[in-house]
Amino acid sequence: MALQSLDIKARSATTTPAPQARKTAELAKLIDTSKCIGCKACQVACMEWNDLRDSVGNCVGVYDNPADLSAQSWTVMRYAEVEPAPGKLEWLIRKDGCMHCSDPGCLKSCPAPGAIVKYGNGIVDFQQEYCTGCGYCIIGCPFNIPRLSETDGKVYKCSLCSDRIAVGAEPACAKVCPTGAIVFGTKQDMRKHAEGRIVDLQERGFSKAGLYDPPGVGGTHVMYVLHHADRPGLYSGLAKDPTVSPLVGFWKGVAKTVMNTALAAAVLAAFFHYVGQGPNTEQEEEEIA
Amino acid sequence: MTNHWVDIKNANLILIMGGNAAEAHPCGFKWVTEAKAHNKAKLIVVDPRFTRSASVADVYAPIRAGSDIAFLGGVLNYLLSTGSINHDYVNNYTDFTFLVDEGFAFSDGLFNGYDAERRSYDKSTWQYRKGPDGYVASDPTMQDPNCVYQLLKKHYSRYTPEMVEAVCGTPKEDFLGICRMIAETAVPNKTLTVLYALGWTQHSKGSQIIRTTCMMQLLLGNIGMAGGGINALRGHSNIQGLTDLGLLSNLLPGYLNLAGETRPKSLEEGGETPEQPMQPIQPDAGWQSYAAYIERSALKPARPNQMSYWQHFGRFFVSTMKAWYGDAATEENGWCFDWLPKLDKMYDILQVFEDMNQGKVNGYFCQGFNPLAAAPCKIKVSNALAKLKYLVVIDPLATETSEFWQDHGEYNDVDPTKIQTEVFRLPSGCFAEENGSIVNSARWLQWHWKAADPPGEAKGDQAILAGIFLKLREMYARDGGAFPDPILNLHWPYLKPHEPTPEELAREFSGKALKDVTDPADPNKILVRAGQQLNGFGELRDDGSTSCGCWLFAGAWPEAGNFMARRDNSDPYGIGQTLNWAFSWPANRRILYNRASSDVAGKPFDSARTLVYWDEGSRRWTGSDVPDFNAASPPSDGMGPFIMNPEGVARFFALDKMAEGPFPEHYEPVESPLEANPFHPDNQAARFNPAARLFASDLDSFGEAAEFPHVGTTYRLTEHFHYWTKHVRLNAVTQPEQFVEIGEELAREKGIKAGDSVRVTSKRGFIVAVAVVTKRIRTLEVNGKKVHTVGIPLHWGFMGVAKNGYLANTLTPFVGDANTYTPEFKAFLVKIEKA
Repeated sequence: MALQSLDIKARSATTTPAPQARKTAELAKLIDTSKCIGCKACQVACMEWNDLRDSVGNCVGVYDNPADLSAQSWTVMRYAEVEPAPGKLEWLIRKDGCMHCSDPGCLKSCPAPGAIVKYGNGIVDFQQEYCTGCGYCIIGCPFNIPRLSETDGKVYKCSLCSDRIAVGAEPACAKVCPTGAIVFGTKQDMRKHAEGRIVDLQERGFSKAGLYDPPGVGGTHVMYVLHHADRPGLYSGLAKDPTVSPLVGFWKGVAKTVMNTALAAAVLAAFFHYVGQGPNTEQEEEEIA
Repeated sequence: MTNHWVDIKNANLILIMGGNAAEAHPCGFKWVTEAKAHNKAKLIVVDPRFTRSASVADVYAPIRAGSDIAFLGGVLNYLLSTGSINHDYVNNYTDFTFLVDEGFAFSDGLFNGYDAERRSYDKSTWQYRKGPDGYVASDPTMQDPNCVYQLLKKHYSRYTPEMVEAVCGTPKEDFLGICRMIAETAVPNKTLTVLYALGWTQHSKGSQIIRTTCMMQLLLGNIGMAGGGINALRGHSNIQGLTDLGLLSNLLPGYLNLAGETRPKSLEEGGETPEQPMQPIQPDAGWQSYAAYIERSALKPARPNQMSYWQHFGRFFVSTMKAWYGDAATEENGWCFDWLPKLDKMYDILQVFEDMNQGKVNGYFCQGFNPLAAAPCKIKVSNALAKLKYLVVIDPLATETSEFWQDHGEYNDVDPTKIQTEVFRLPSGCFAEENGSIVNSARWLQWHWKAADPPGEAKGDQAILAGIFLKLREMYARDGGAFPDPILNLHWPYLKPHEPTPEELAREFSGKALKDVTDPADPNKILVRAGQQLNGFGELRDDGSTSCGCWLFAGAWPEAGNFMARRDNSDPYGIGQTLNWAFSWPANRRILYNRASSDVAGKPFDSARTLVYWDEGSRRWTGSDVPDFNAASPPSDGMGPFIMNPEGVARFFALDKMAEGPFPEHYEPVESPLEANPFHPDNQAARFNPAARLFASDLDSFGEAAEFPHVGTTYRLTEHFHYWTKHVRLNAVTQPEQFVEIGEELAREKGIKAGDSVRVTSKRGFIVAVAVVTKRIRTLEVNGKKVHTVGIPLHWGFMGVAKNGYLANTLTPFVGDANTYTPEFKAFLVKIEKA
């Protein structure tokens, strides 16, 4: 991939229109759970590239380490021992991290202007210098991904290596994956690649194999090939039909209507105020979604 | 590996057993995923645990640790009894038709010639019968009850699916399902590849487990084929190079024998004492002169028209000695043969630590080796090190061995005031801090380039060893000594004597002409001029005109330059045969025995995966690989494809080459949950390997199932590499703390929950770790008895940035394989309780 423009398509709490002139291909990372061996090379590459060093923790009786996402661990492997059919043990290993939704609940819910952006290529990125640490994005995320740093009070998550992608490199995790379980390219190509993988899995007896690209969030730019696409919950609780949190829905729906009505009333009042009292300054902000 | 990493993608079926490639070799494992994704290959994993490899397998079956020969013997029986054999292959390329000496016998678990007191065999009758012409006799009809085929069939007829289930705990249906899949590869255009590692080698009968698999692959016609072979995934970066270059106590570079003593040493000379009856027979006597040594080692063909490549042994040996001793090595002095040590016994790590523990060793050099953690039975190793006068550790890190004298509380409970050993730590660089070649599992010598200087006072290993050597030589020159010649005359031509460069050493092991080397067929034709680098071992001579540090590596750095540094990955046949990428020993050959990929007439068994074939036009063998054969020998000559064997074919019957018998037999681990070998319930002598490496002083250190009922097995995790990466923050983050894995049933029995602290105890000590309770370890039904497995990852210790832990070898027995003396880390007895 050549150098890529990172036109900002959407920006939290901002009304400025998005640039339109350049056409950017939609990109996606495809994680094939049927090829993943849970080696954690992606975790290490993520920490190395992004200058993160999580603490040396504890074993809590499972392979998952670090045990959860954090401001220092933007991706973790989650291991699930399941028996989808009686007596047929499977060890389903899923690389967890930001899904880069087309309809990002985090961005929608963020009140800090420019703290969360979505690029034209689909990547959802946090700009920590604008982050106020309010934590609304954590509530807004349907996948429970963003984590608040105890050090600086700001929220962090996977950037899909937007800095690497901007200079034509693939994300660090995709680069190091030894089995090719993580592949990266245009979303169109990744869907096509997934089709081939699904046929292979179906031939191997996984009749419900499929692609995870949930429509409830407008699709995602991190997708999974699942052996059991009908039961994503088997993969350490991957959401079956994720949607943007009702709270964000409330914020964006009822609350916004109420607020807009109030705003209109205020404008109207201001008009009468202006007519009656003369000029006064008033700024309103509304994010684009 | 007979084949190579990339070639795995050519397989139709992959068996991972005695290893966990996804866990321990994740980068190489990519070729398994390639085979699955692009060749529709199926993956079978057989392991005591449902591993990371199993998580992406098509078929998984559990097996009790240490019962692999029973399983594989069962597969042999299935293939033989169902006729799932590549007949064309076995009839022509193996010893199926050969007749065996009538003295050979097998009865109730023991072969003929067993000496219980010495725990070893008189192997004189483990031979083929010779015909009147002096060559091996055969019966092409294979009806003679003493032909190898009949003996083999008889031997494995006892390995029924019922016995497999009883001994291995593998459900019969699982076993038979796997047999059926394996049997499908007996056809010429389907191959099975087998990937194994230390899960097979680290047993008291590890070599025989691997032999059983070789026999399976021979029956299927999968040796020498693309996508086939028997593939050892080596456990360390460059451990392949270590064995190739002769860093084993009984071998010279290139797997050349080291000669033995003419007679056992007397007690006064430090020989074996009568109190040590458990020693195997010592290396063969009777090769005390150069002529006798060559006579014994340069094997003549055992059948007509065979190559018997070892007949050139003299060329390899003389060229090595010219590399070592230069002008001092002459025909008159037998090329300095007398300067070489003669083995009075084996000096494997078990023997060395046994001797050290008996106070017979003064000093010990550890270079890139952490024996306190890596040798079995930590307490014995610790006691042994404490009896040294001095210990030198050459390593980039402060290892547990270098700090063995420090009190680290429960993790290393020693009293430094009682230890007088003087320890010298010589900090070395690591691989990224020097140029050099690393030999991978696939026998590829790949050059790498220095990325940074070693930190602080650290030096490269060459500089450290050169410093020690030059000092020693100076002292010998000044003070004399009992036997100074080999030190004073060592050939040391390096431009910076204190720091030989990797390039100089590589050119030395690759070899050069000292005088003009001519074509034997035409003495006027000069092949290589004096002073030039050799093109390969075919140019080696035994008249002192060539010098070569390791004949197997000959040609790695010819006159054209450093072939190890080649990075051309063009693949003209599309099957991963990239002959211009690095250098593969021997002779840049990528797949060993590749002549066997074609039929007797020289036509490929599978034209879609052609390795080599006979080209009638050019009257030569040619193809996608360097022929492992005499390229000019037409099929009509009848030369066999296994050119290193004097008979030219592969052996089902191992002759006298194995310590415990010509056919692998199942024996229990030395510490077994079973009181008898189910195959020989009434013969205690056949309970465990009758020739296993044991020492009398350890006999009371073995536990019994009554006290230690569970099977312990040690292994690696992907997140770590041995005892090194616990010094690295990122590795420590991803796997911070010591744990052991147990199944749900054992956890219930003991009231253990995931995350609890547990104590695991063997007869030799205990460790405390976090419990991982998992469905992935099943309780097995073995011979009517429930057997639980306790899985013990081995990465923790008392040095580094990960959480401190116990060295896993605290638990393991001081027992070794009968042939290689590799310790039995994979099957021993433990008990577990909440800590």
